[in-house]
Amino acid sequence: MKTKISLLAILPILSGLLPLTAATDTPEEKGLAIATEADKRDTGFKDSSSELIMILRNRHGQESIRDMRNKTLEVDNDGDKTIIIFNKPRDVKGTAFLSFTHKSGQDDQWLYLPALKRVKRISSNNKSGPFMGSEFAYEDIASQEVEKYTYKYLRDEEYEGHACFVIERYPVDKKSGYTRQVVWFDKAEYRVQKVDYYDRKNDLRKTLTSKNYQQYLNQYWRPDEMHMVNHQTGKSTTLIWNNYKFRNGFTKRDFDKNSLKRAR
Amino acid sequence: MTRPKSVKRIREERKETNSHNRSLLSYSLFGFLRFSLFAISLVVMTLQLQAQGFELSGYLAVEGRIFPQSPLLNEQYQIGNLSLSLQPEFYYEGSGGDQSILFVPFVRADQHNGERSHFDIRELYWQRVWNSFELSIGLRKIFWGVTESQHLVDIINQSDLVENLDTEDKLGQPMVNLTLIQNWGILDFFLMPYFRERPFLTNEARLRIPVPIATDLTGYESSSKEKHIDWAVRWFHTLGIFDIGLSHFSGTSREPVIIPTITGAGAPFYHTIDQTGLDLQATTGGWLLKFEAINRFGQGDRFFAATAGFEYTLSNIKNSGIDVGLIMEYHYDERGKEGPAPFDDDIFVGSRLAFNDVQSTDLLAGAIIDRDTGSSFLNLEARRRLGDRYKLEVEFRGFVNASREELFYGLRKDHYFQLELARYF
Repeated sequence: MKTKISLLAILPILSGLLPLTAATDTPEEKGLAIATEADKRDTGFKDSSSELIMILRNRHGQESIRDMRNKTLEVDNDGDKTIIIFNKPRDVKGTAFLSFTHKSGQDDQWLYLPALKRVKRISSNNKSGPFMGSEFAYEDIASQEVEKYTYKYLRDEEYEGHACFVIERYPVDKKSGYTRQVVWFDKAEYRVQKVDYYDRKNDLRKTLTSKNYQQYLNQYWRPDEMHMVNHQTGKSTTLIWNNYKFRNGFTKRDFDKNSLKRAR
Repeated sequence: MTRPKSVKRIREERKETNSHNRSLLSYSLFGFLRFSLFAISLVVMTLQLQAQGFELSGYLAVEGRIFPQSPLLNEQYQIGNLSLSLQPEFYYEGSGGDQSILFVPFVRADQHNGERSHFDIRELYWQRVWNSFELSIGLRKIFWGVTESQHLVDIINQSDLVENLDTEDKLGQPMVNLTLIQNWGILDFFLMPYFRERPFLTNEARLRIPVPIATDLTGYESSSKEKHIDWAVRWFHTLGIFDIGLSHFSGTSREPVIIPTITGAGAPFYHTIDQTGLDLQATTGGWLLKFEAINRFGQGDRFFAATAGFEYTLSNIKNSGIDVGLIMEYHYDERGKEGPAPFDDDIFVGSRLAFNDVQSTDLLAGAIIDRDTGSSFLNLEARRRLGDRYKLEVEFRGFVNASREELFYGLRKDHYFQLELARYF
């Protein structure tokens, strides 16, 4: 199974400039090819850092703000390493979350609790639970590796002025909170414009939209804003990114358990 | 076995120190103050040199405790206690984050407990980070271990037991700490030139052992007393699902032995010990399997103690966002009931609830039950954020069926509810 996937993943890379719309592809092959192309275009950024404001809104429009910093390191032939450092709310200031994502198998995660000075290895089982009380689940904010889903191309469609591929993806992990996700990739740059998340009962649970994409290093696109709406609860979460920096020269040393303790 | 020897020693000690007891005490205090002043001047100097990268945070908290039962002893206060604490955190960073100074003072003003109204420097250190090593000099707080209901391996810092019984509040430990970060793990070396005595509550306080403690009769096995140079080393590494820590400590025991004196008061006596520790966690699926063990030499016979257990988490139950953790840990101490350890053959059963809501509400409840006597130590802690800056914390501790052999027999009337409201800045 796994070799089949990786072979399929290599195919479009080998075929290089072959148009992805080749009529002979099955919807599954075409879906995978689109996801692989999107991943390929986002490969090679080496590392990035950014500041993140998270605005949580309940049904009545009451807001709560989170402020955090984010560092990512690309790892050859494996998932990214990520560190998230909390600044607000103030009672969790200095708390840091370290995650080593893997293309297959469980991710490794550690949490640093500053009051006790304790680095705690935590279970990465919790995919579907909310991240910091937000509408983003852990699996939504985790690095989106191609291998974490199987795919199916649905249709071409215009969304907000972008010509898009619409594909469906199915989480491989049984712990996922979703049966499927419908993703709108724009044809021009393979950026995710919108995602519909369907829960385990196959009801539409959430919609993510990304806005104001900026290009960095003449290649890598990142949105300034992401908006997640929960249709079932009426709650929503907005993520606002600031100060994106690429190729900071991070090494795995910046993502070890000691760096977690002094992260600020 | 050791006790007669220690009593003899303490009597000799007393004879020796009786005449210049005061000066000795003030000298040790002076030593600590001198160290602190040195460190503060270091901060001030750095402040002047590089005002960039300064950060202030911390909290101010008001705490109320209610004891529903009358105290065991007449001198202990009734019903309630109010308390105020402040812990600011000053942080300076230079050289693009490679150099930093952290200063965390702590102060508490307490209604009834003289000793609980105290000031301490929790942390005050300079740190320099290189590619494969780190150097820290000053007062620090270091945590080792993996289990929840007891921290057996954790030994670097003195417990601030006047703050809380849970041994999670610590006094800042003066040290030089060198950390090597290699592919084969993280290796920490500690050199600790000054020992911090365990603080004890005054006679009018609740939550203290019924024996009054005469800290002016404090004795040490080492002739250099609190200036004995302690050292420790720890290797920590992650191998797949395993997180492994292997440590050795050599120096003044953080736990004193309380020696009865003719006045009826107990005198703390600090042995010089060697302790090897192992902490191990396996993380797989929803399971955390945990093990901590120590082997201590120098405080009586060589002995072994361990904590082993698990935490299993059922996450996002029925899509509610709520995680329920089930925790079970077993405590063993070779010294048994006669020993100074609170848990010698005890089982901890507990549960952790994390609501994962906007207010980060969580709750931890459990009981440590002695397998022989059935004596139980009950514990509940719950937290919830209010708005963006406030946090409310509820704590309950209870001592049920406390049998005479148990260390907390003297606390059997001291069940309490605590409410703390903290404002973070």
